[in-house]
Amino acid sequence: MLLNQFLLLSAILFTIGVYGVIVRKNGVLVLMSIELVLNAVNINLIVFSTYWGIAGQVFALFTIAIAAAEVGVGLAIVLLIYRNQRSVDIDELDEMKG
Amino acid sequence: MNSAALIIAEVVPLVTPETTFDVPANVVFAVQAVVMIFAAIRVVTTKNIVHAALWLVVVLGGVGLNYILLQAEFVAVTQFLVYLGAVIVLFLFGVMLTRAPLGVSDDLDNNQKKIGIGVGVALLAVLSYALIESFGRSELTFAAYEGVAGPNTNGRTQAVSDAIFGQYLIPFEMLSLLLLAALIGAIVLARRD
Repeated sequence: MLLNQFLLLSAILFTIGVYGVIVRKNGVLVLMSIELVLNAVNINLIVFSTYWGIAGQVFALFTIAIAAAEVGVGLAIVLLIYRNQRSVDIDELDEMKG
Repeated sequence: MNSAALIIAEVVPLVTPETTFDVPANVVFAVQAVVMIFAAIRVVTTKNIVHAALWLVVVLGGVGLNYILLQAEFVAVTQFLVYLGAVIVLFLFGVMLTRAPLGVSDDLDNNQKKIGIGVGVALLAVLSYALIESFGRSELTFAAYEGVAGPNTNGRTQAVSDAIFGQYLIPFEMLSLLLLAALIGAIVLARRD
C-alpha cells in the first residue's frame, strides 16, 4: 500500500468538508462538514503513526475526544441560536454587520 | 548442507516478516475510497438533512475501515463507538430539536456554490501537488509497529496504552478536564431559563 493513497483520500475528504462549510447555511450541516474535516486529519495522523511511532494513534484518540466535545458544545450553541432567532440559518446571523 | 538449509528456512521467515496482504487490502481500500468519496459528496450536497446525517455514517464507518487497514485496531473501535454511536445520535437530536425541515428542502445551501467549488478545487490541487511532490510512490512500511506487535497478541493496543498512560499522561488528564468543561458548558448553554 502506498503512503499517498491514504493521504490523497484524506485530502479529498478535507476538501469536501471545506466546501460544505462554505456552501451550507444550516448550522447542523455546517457541523457535519466540520466532522468531515476532522476525520480527514485523523486519517493523516494514523497513516503517519505507521511511519513514525505510536504517538500518532494517541493524538488521533485525543482528536476524537475533542471532536466529540466540540459537537456537544456546537450543537448547544446551534440550539441557542434556534431559540433566539427561530431559525438556524447561519447567513441570517448578521447583527455584527455595521 | 541439509542442516544449513534447515537453519536458513527457520531463520529467514523471522528476518523478513511476510506481509503479503497488499492486494486484498488495496482492493478493499479502492472500494471503500470510492464509497466514502461518494458519501462525503452526498453529505454536502443532499437536500434532505436526515439523509446528510445518514451519509455521514457511511463516511465515518469508512474512516474506521481505513484505521483497520492501517492496523490501528484500538482507534478503529473507538471511532466506531464514539462517532457511529454517539456523534451521529447527537446530530440527529440536533436536527430534531432545531425543527429542521425533515423532507426535501431547497433552503439548505446559500448562493456561494461557485466560490465553494473554486476554493475546493484550488485546495485539492495544492494539497495533492504537495503530497505527490513530497511522498511520491513511497510504500507504507508499518516500521513503527515492528517490535510492538508480536503474533497473536494485541501488542499495538498495549503500546498505545503505554503511550497514553506514560508519556502522554498529562495531556490525557487535561483531556478529561476539557470533557468536563464541555459537558458543563453544553448544559449551561442549552438550559432553559
